Amino acid sequence: MTGSLLETMLSLTIVIPMLATLGIIVTGSNPNLREIVSLLASLLVLILVVNIYQAYDQGESISVFWLEVIPGITLSFRAEPLGILFSLVSGFLWPITTLYSIGYMRAHHEKNQTRFYACFAVAIAGVMGVAFAENLFTLFIFYEILTLSTYPLVTHSGTEKAKQGGRVYLGILLSTSIAFLLVAIIGTWQISGTLDFSSGGVFPENTSTSILSILLVLFVFGIGKAAMMPFHRWLPAAMVAPTPVSALLHAVAVVKAGVFTVLKVVVYIFGIDLLQTLPATQWLLYLAGATVLLASLVAMRQDNLKARLAYSTVSQLGYITIGALLAVSAGIIGGAMHIAMHAFGKITLFFCAGALLFVGQRQYHRVTTNRRQLEQVVLAGGHTGRRSNAVNGCFANKLFAQYCLPDANTGPRVLFRQG
Amino acid sequence: MNTLGLYNYWVVIVLMMTGFYIVIAQGNLIKKIVGLSIFQTSVFILYISMSTVSGGSAPILKEGISLYSNPLPHVLILTAIVVGIATTALGLALVVRIKEAYGSIEEDVIHDKDEKEC
Amino acid sequence: MLATHLPVLQVIIPLLAAPLCVLLQHPRMVWYFALLVSAAAFVTSVLLLQQVLETGEISYALGGWAAPWGIEYFIDSLNAYLLLIVTSISTIVLLAAQTSLAKELPDDRHTFFYIAYLLCLAGLLGIVATGDAFNVFVFLEISSLSSYALIALGKSRKALIASYQYLIMGTIGATFILIGIGLMYMATGTLNMQDLALRLADIPESRTVYAAFAFFIVGVCIKLALFPLHQWLPNAYAYAPSVVTAFLAATATKVAIYVLIRFMFTIFGVDFFTTTGPWQNMLLVLALFGILTASTVAIYQNNVKRLFAYSSVAQIGYMILGFSIGTAGGLIATLLHLFNHALMKGALFMALAAVTYRVGSVELESFRGLGKRMPWTMASIVAGGLSLIGVPLTVGFISKWYLIVALLEKGWWFVVGLILLGSLLAVIYVWRILEAAYFSPPENNPDETPEIREAPLSILLPVWILVFANLYFGIDTRLTVDVSRLIAQGFFGVSP
Repeated sequence: MTGSLLETMLSLTIVIPMLATLGIIVTGSNPNLREIVSLLASLLVLILVVNIYQAYDQGESISVFWLEVIPGITLSFRAEPLGILFSLVSGFLWPITTLYSIGYMRAHHEKNQTRFYACFAVAIAGVMGVAFAENLFTLFIFYEILTLSTYPLVTHSGTEKAKQGGRVYLGILLSTSIAFLLVAIIGTWQISGTLDFSSGGVFPENTSTSILSILLVLFVFGIGKAAMMPFHRWLPAAMVAPTPVSALLHAVAVVKAGVFTVLKVVVYIFGIDLLQTLPATQWLLYLAGATVLLASLVAMRQDNLKARLAYSTVSQLGYITIGALLAVSAGIIGGAMHIAMHAFGKITLFFCAGALLFVGQRQYHRVTTNRRQLEQVVLAGGHTGRRSNAVNGCFANKLFAQYCLPDANTGPRVLFRQG
Repeated sequence: MNTLGLYNYWVVIVLMMTGFYIVIAQGNLIKKIVGLSIFQTSVFILYISMSTVSGGSAPILKEGISLYSNPLPHVLILTAIVVGIATTALGLALVVRIKEAYGSIEEDVIHDKDEKEC
Repeated sequence: MLATHLPVLQVIIPLLAAPLCVLLQHPRMVWYFALLVSAAAFVTSVLLLQQVLETGEISYALGGWAAPWGIEYFIDSLNAYLLLIVTSISTIVLLAAQTSLAKELPDDRHTFFYIAYLLCLAGLLGIVATGDAFNVFVFLEISSLSSYALIALGKSRKALIASYQYLIMGTIGATFILIGIGLMYMATGTLNMQDLALRLADIPESRTVYAAFAFFIVGVCIKLALFPLHQWLPNAYAYAPSVVTAFLAATATKVAIYVLIRFMFTIFGVDFFTTTGPWQNMLLVLALFGILTASTVAIYQNNVKRLFAYSSVAQIGYMILGFSIGTAGGLIATLLHLFNHALMKGALFMALAAVTYRVGSVELESFRGLGKRMPWTMASIVAGGLSLIGVPLTVGFISKWYLIVALLEKGWWFVVGLILLGSLLAVIYVWRILEAAYFSPPENNPDETPEIREAPLSILLPVWILVFANLYFGIDTRLTVDVSRLIAQGFFGVSP
């Protein structure tokens, strides 16, 4: 594979979903044609992402530069391990969700389907942009594109409740990104002079730890999509969206973009070693632990299936944030693996919730028809996300536990036992 | 400081504040414009006062006179007077139209009519 | 040969063209003529900018009378930049004038409209181009008087009251400026800006100079609608004809800010501004108050034009904030925002012109369901709204970025928090409009009101030119950033 072909492929992972948006709008009046555009685009993106992974595995370095926006700050992309993982997960799940959406939307005779598929495609473009961003600026741009493009999806049904949910969703996500994340990004640029993701971090040697702590706090709270408490309310509020939206975006794309950004910031902006020396890391770790615990408790009290899954997601994201903030490489690996595992697990659960909705069952205590069969399906999906003997989930858990014990972080250890 | 010699400037201040007060305090639209005129006139006097040179004569060329008052501010004031006239004319034209539209030129009456309309 | 006379041609062409409109009574003919004149002014400004960037400042003595006795037109990078902004917005807005006015103004008034419009344009260009302090006052009054007349041409009778209120406040402001200039003349004996700068530097700070400065600042702040002297702006913008609002919102206050920068930094000098007196803190506090209160009030408006007018007051607060920082970075942020805000508000108010044309009202109620019936117009409001909020890839983001960078350089973290709060308030009021347009069912049956369909091309075209400019200059910032850097370098001597 030649370098420039790979570069084009990298650009295409973002351009193709954008073109798909146009295609969907144009073919809006012909539902079958429109669905074909979606499916085709999703399959193409999957192929591209797999190719990029294979090329990277063979040692190729893939990066592409689009343009320079502000002197010294560019819009550019680069393939690196975390990004490839995230793009593979999303790329694999987009075609599957498209198939599910087609069935779901048609079965429910939903209105505004063109707007739905078009916004979906833009959201996937946003996801790919976040995954492959070479610097914080590019990531921020696509992060915001993701927020804005998923808003019409959340308020899809147009009811008063949907609009209310949309307001909470947008309010929290935009507020945190403008008030905290943007400041953190500009602060990083001021101090270090660059926004590129570099291994080992970007800050110069003698930067004061208090300023870095403040930046860390701004980053963690600014990345609202990682649903750290107290900025987690948008996730349950987003459950007014149709199930395919909840499944792909709020179990996979949007939330994973959040924790992915946390991981990238921790690894490539601060650097793991630097993070261990900051006083703020301890406090944020406790906060993440609290998120895990409290969200799980709240989830147990939810009757509505989707709300239950939403709070469970908040809790699981807390695990990934803990993994990032532990500031050891196994924590990062555990966090990254959990991105993949939780994605597959949660999306299955959401698909089931959608199926249950179709038979009119929204509430947990009313799931009575074909209970045994449904239970099998639900539990199989649930195993991958929960602490049990399913292989992968356990592996991630073991990594967490292994490195929690030697650290004097007894808090997280207790939480893992609670699971 | 020669208080009496600065008599002009005291007049300027008195006129300026009088004019300004009328603009703010009066509710009648035409009276406001009158206040504005007074306010602007005070500025004219300020300029003219600053142009006098003690012992100088009026700035008209004449044989045998060597010291003249500064003509530049006079010219500036001519311009400003014209501007003032244009402003007054425009303001009064607006008042005529307002009277046609609202039936009154009292600020509070107009305000009430607008409130009721909303 | 023509090239040497460009500075004066910039102002003379619209000035002389204005009374010539009387000869053309037909609305369409007079529109073509005005468009032609504005386009000529635009071309002149582009040529001037090129000339300034290549060869440096241009000094032109009017009538051959040399400065400092004669009136001098002094064009440097700051003037050229502003000239470009004013003429480009004027031309783009005029493209839509014919169609938009057809419904807002009776046919026999069109000629008077264009006369006043060209006079306003000439006045604004004169303020920017001139290098003589009193000349600034003259052109300021020319532009102000014609804008009072333009605003009074609005449909509703509230336009008359709005114009009257603007007249009173504007004249007070202009008279304060006159007093300031008079006191400056008293202290130095000259009216030429370059000469004033030299002579004021020599005078030990006297009461006259302070009084001049104070009167001048207050007068200019009335003109640029800094909180709390902004009372005239919301009504004037809300009730004027749509094309007038678009033009004035994008140019008049920017020119006033130019006057502030020119007098503060060129004539009095940066040191005077930053070291003597509480000017910086005063402007900072007023700017912050303006941003927060105007944004909050905007949220509760039901008239969308008034909503964006209050938003303009807030944006002017941002510009003054950048100015009050007193560093090169702050000035760059202000200059960028001058350009970017002109694009944003130009696009938004032109889109509102489209809505007025089709729907007849700009109350929030009448926006319901317009997302479907006027898709292109609403999309442009989305783009302009996102730019106001400061979403990346739009010009609004670029201004915000530079402003935050300048504030962080100065160490004013607290202020950063407050201006981001202003952004969040902007999210709320923009979202009110978008929710009504896209997520609410229309209040009247679409079949019964077939005239509510997409706006005509003549209005959509200028809207989308401005929207594309919004996006283009948000991505390719070379022109704006380079010129702003050059200007700041001229004042502060060192580029950041």
